[in-house]
Amino acid sequence: MENKVARVKMRNITKRFGPVLANDRVWLDIYQGEILALLGENGSGKTTLMNMLSGIYFPDEGQIFIDDKEVLIRSPKDAFDLKIGMIHQHFKLVDVLTAAENIVLGLHDGKRLDLEKVKTRVREICDAYGFDVDPDEKIYNMSVSQKQTVEIVKVLYRGADILILDEPTAVLTPQETDKLFAVLRNMRNDGKAIVIITHKLHEVEDLSDRVAVLRQGQFIGDMPTRESSAQEMTNMMVGHPVTLNIERPEPVDPKPRVEVKNLTVRSEEGVLKLDDVSFTINSGEILGIAGISGCGQKELLEAIAGLQPTESGSVIYINDNGTKEELIGKDPQAIADKGVALSFVPEDRLGMGLVANMDLTDNMMLRSFRRGRSFFTDRKTPKKLAEDVVKELEVKTPSVNTPVRRLSGGNVQKILVGREIASAPTVLLTAYAVRGLDIHSSYTIYDLINKQKQSGVAVVYVGEDLDVLLELADRILVLCDGKVSGIVDGRGAKKREVGLLMTRVGGKDE
Amino acid sequence: MNKQNQFHIVKRGAMPWYFGWLVRGIAIVLALLVSAAVTTILTGEDPLQVYATIFHGAFGTKRKAWMLGQNMAILLCVSLAVTPAFKMRFWNIGGEGQVLMGGLATAACMICLGDKLPNAVLILIMVIASIAAGAVWGVIPAIFKAKWNTNETLFTLMMNYVATQLVAFFVIVWEVPKGAGKIGIINQTTEAGWLPVIGGQKYLLNILVVAILTVAMHIYLKYSKHGYELTVVGESERTASYVGIKVEKVIIRTMLLSGAICGIAGLLLVGGTDHTVTTTIAGGRGFTAVMVSWLAKFDPLVMIFTSFLLVFLDRGAGEISTVFGLNHSFADILTGIILFFIIGSEFFINYKLSFHKAGKEEKHV
Amino acid sequence: MFDLVSFIPRAVVQSIPLLLGSTGETLTEKSGNLNLGIPGVMYVGGICGVIGAFLYEQSVASAEEMNAFLAIGIPMLACLLGSLVMGLIYCLLTVTLRANQNVTGLALTTFGVGFGNFFGGSLIKLTGSDVPSIALSATSSFFSRALPFADDLGWFGQIFLSYGFLAYLAIAIALVTAYVLKHTRVGLHLRAVGESPATADAAGINVGRYKYVSTCIGSMIAGLGGLYYVMDYACGVWSNDAFGDRGWLAIALVIFTIWRPNVGIFASMLFGGLYILYLYIPAGMNLSVKELYKMLPYIVTIVVLVITSMRNKRENQPPAHLGLSYFREER
Repeated sequence: MENKVARVKMRNITKRFGPVLANDRVWLDIYQGEILALLGENGSGKTTLMNMLSGIYFPDEGQIFIDDKEVLIRSPKDAFDLKIGMIHQHFKLVDVLTAAENIVLGLHDGKRLDLEKVKTRVREICDAYGFDVDPDEKIYNMSVSQKQTVEIVKVLYRGADILILDEPTAVLTPQETDKLFAVLRNMRNDGKAIVIITHKLHEVEDLSDRVAVLRQGQFIGDMPTRESSAQEMTNMMVGHPVTLNIERPEPVDPKPRVEVKNLTVRSEEGVLKLDDVSFTINSGEILGIAGISGCGQKELLEAIAGLQPTESGSVIYINDNGTKEELIGKDPQAIADKGVALSFVPEDRLGMGLVANMDLTDNMMLRSFRRGRSFFTDRKTPKKLAEDVVKELEVKTPSVNTPVRRLSGGNVQKILVGREIASAPTVLLTAYAVRGLDIHSSYTIYDLINKQKQSGVAVVYVGEDLDVLLELADRILVLCDGKVSGIVDGRGAKKREVGLLMTRVGGKDE
Repeated sequence: MNKQNQFHIVKRGAMPWYFGWLVRGIAIVLALLVSAAVTTILTGEDPLQVYATIFHGAFGTKRKAWMLGQNMAILLCVSLAVTPAFKMRFWNIGGEGQVLMGGLATAACMICLGDKLPNAVLILIMVIASIAAGAVWGVIPAIFKAKWNTNETLFTLMMNYVATQLVAFFVIVWEVPKGAGKIGIINQTTEAGWLPVIGGQKYLLNILVVAILTVAMHIYLKYSKHGYELTVVGESERTASYVGIKVEKVIIRTMLLSGAICGIAGLLLVGGTDHTVTTTIAGGRGFTAVMVSWLAKFDPLVMIFTSFLLVFLDRGAGEISTVFGLNHSFADILTGIILFFIIGSEFFINYKLSFHKAGKEEKHV
Repeated sequence: MFDLVSFIPRAVVQSIPLLLGSTGETLTEKSGNLNLGIPGVMYVGGICGVIGAFLYEQSVASAEEMNAFLAIGIPMLACLLGSLVMGLIYCLLTVTLRANQNVTGLALTTFGVGFGNFFGGSLIKLTGSDVPSIALSATSSFFSRALPFADDLGWFGQIFLSYGFLAYLAIAIALVTAYVLKHTRVGLHLRAVGESPATADAAGINVGRYKYVSTCIGSMIAGLGGLYYVMDYACGVWSNDAFGDRGWLAIALVIFTIWRPNVGIFASMLFGGLYILYLYIPAGMNLSVKELYKMLPYIVTIVVLVITSMRNKRENQPPAHLGLSYFREER
């Protein structure tokens, strides 16, 4: 490591989005033959910084040097020409095209398009690194990890030797993650420079040679990974010492609240999304749901909330006095009319839970606007609620008349959760409640969820971070390909065990 | 160092409310300058004279001022009609057909029931028939949109032509005299089914009806539960169904309303002023209304101004073509130019250009 | 008896403006631009051709002195230039300035139709000529000249060889466009731009340039439809509003053909047939019923719209980003 070659030098990079300072005079070096973990909380500017290297954004100020030559990267094409390739968190693939067409997209070799040749080359790359990609498969038929593989092949096909991966493991199972890391180590040994953006500390320790930390858009420091520790990294990320433990109060008088029986759901294309799913949600308890992305969590929650047409099965709500209500076949309005106080914090906050262009008051009104017989809406009560939520959850907003799209991710989520809790639910469904939130906001959300549990609410928590699920949930339901793969006790379960259940029904090795 | 200026486009943050109107105002002024220049090139008249002619065309005589009011009222009426649909992101460009159907229904009542019923009853039936006809024409594409997400832009467009041919069919059925190819003034002698003239002014009734409609639509969109629902549906259908709004119902209900108001426009045209029906009574207002509504950001009160602007231009440019013996389509060219400027100005309201400052001295953090 | 030999050539002649319009619009839509200004573009294409031809005819002493090359070249160049400008206006507003595509398109149509009718009605006065009306029969004769032997080969000649060169050019353009979209690198990139500009951008494709080029070429192709109409179909006689709603039907055809110009060749002929079917229904019938027959193309379009939306197949969907503007730094 003594004679390390710096491939990339970023100097004084500054980037603003309106009033938000996303990157503030950042310095960063990326070395050949090294895996650099770019660490930081959500909103700390990691992705923005790397987007400027890959030509998606253009810096307001500062310089970039590649191999000690100053460059201007004005477009992704400029980045390719400098052999920089980025694998974005949200895949940049065209759904209706095949893998091969996506891989060759944007390339000009001066010759006619020859897809056969492209496919041969793709197969060569796959063989070299042990990928499994069918070049003729359309993207919309692929699983998440297959899509990611296509992205990696795409970058390699272009001959990139500076690779940037933005939270590549967010959608992968532990097993798939291991496989990806093996590939990345291979590439490093080939002499490529690799940057992996993440906020998962154990991955940093597992994979990287060096770690660099950003906080609130500023470069905090870097060091060799083996000379650091998880605690030190966290402190650097957050800026003050933090405890990393999530509270888990004992369940409060758990009684069956919702019984899901033999639930089967097909998507519009006829794909089986939930297959004969049965389980019980108890009051005063947090039921965690684990599973790789797209294995039926979304459909499950939406089916319970009355948003997803089902093929068969039932969802029974049990009142305190023991009377039962069938929820299947009812829309959210009909469910509410039956007196079932069901709240739902969906995964897609601005696309489903809230209306991005409406202000805080109008968003609070979404749940309550029907009240009363008047032809006109009442804006006073929701305004009061908005003001209360802003105060109690410490939402940072100019006023309650600000459109929610102008708020940061954490504040948006506080508004959404605040509204859902305000209606005094007996069942609270949450999907990826802390995705994209900084540590402080995440802990606020965990607190809110725990308080709901302690007041006797039946909470369902769909999460992607197994470490959090294992610390927060009382029981964990593991889904695999739309089937119940197993239900484990949150207090005793091992991560490895849950990981196996996620990939194989029953969790047995082959 | 790279010497060329590096600039790129960034989104503006929150701006004071008057900023947008300032930019649009500048755009309109620029557009008027360009329009005058174009007119001067084509007619050789000096630009000030051009403005004077435009102004004269719009307000020059009492009759012209009333005509301006009438045209503005009808255009505003159609714009009010399409606005709830647009707010719901339902691109109803079928206002033309819906107006035609309202007019056709009115004419049908006047012709078939003209001498059989007392006038008050006849007018009541005309009102109901025109509203129903417009609403039916509006709701057909809405039903398909709600059930199968059928592209409403083309559907409503095609419905325009079906309506046009339907009117053409009835024009021949009812033509007076046979072979004339037109209906002529209906009930010329009895005036049966003619809407009452108030204050001795033929167009006053239309203007009043539309004024009331404007206020009503403003309240409906801003303060009613229906207005709130259709806004949510427009912003995000997923959010709407998430909170239990029945999206299909809202789409159908809103298009019933949209079509119904177009029907009223047809009623005002046929029963109030023209007393006849032709395939061109709507006069392209279904399309112009899209612009009126969009330029006003779907706000009915602002639409009073935007509809005035477009009608003013149309009448003024019409005057220019009459005075200089040019084709009346000259108005469309000027309208087009003004629209291009206003449409383009939206960019400067939402974005700004930002220049890249390359860091010359290296500062340590 | 239904006279197919006279019906088919008339249907084909009707279909050519529709075919050119829909091919142009398909190319435009593949880049994610929904150009509702096509009707205006076609008017402008037509009138610019008329202006070019008019000025040329006025500049020569008599029809005998006209040079075939110039007689065709000048109107065609004028037409292409006019439609190019229209395409540029659309791109400037929607691509560079990111304006709403629907509104821009409608404004473009208002402008274009007004432009066409204005110059159609005022050209004589503006140029101070002393002719009673615009009748460019001399120029038209160059445009509508049929292939050799068309008259000698009976029904075969009538159905296949009796058209002006623009008709064959239209079919060639449609075939070439279909090939380019499906089999070339440029076509692949264009499809990516229309489906997902962010992806195309990240892959190093210049999204703005693809949108500009495809929309402008699309406009020029559509403009030729206007030129064909006035020079060949209407025998060089411009009458205001005569072009009618063909521009809108061309846009409808794009959906009808599921964004495939090669299918457009047959679909436009079908539409052309429906358009003139009323002329072929048995004589003696009530005149008013003919008006109902004229509804046919629109009703068929509606039926097709509904059926395609019900079938809802992945491959039959419009470009995913159609109608939306793209801003790289959107957050």
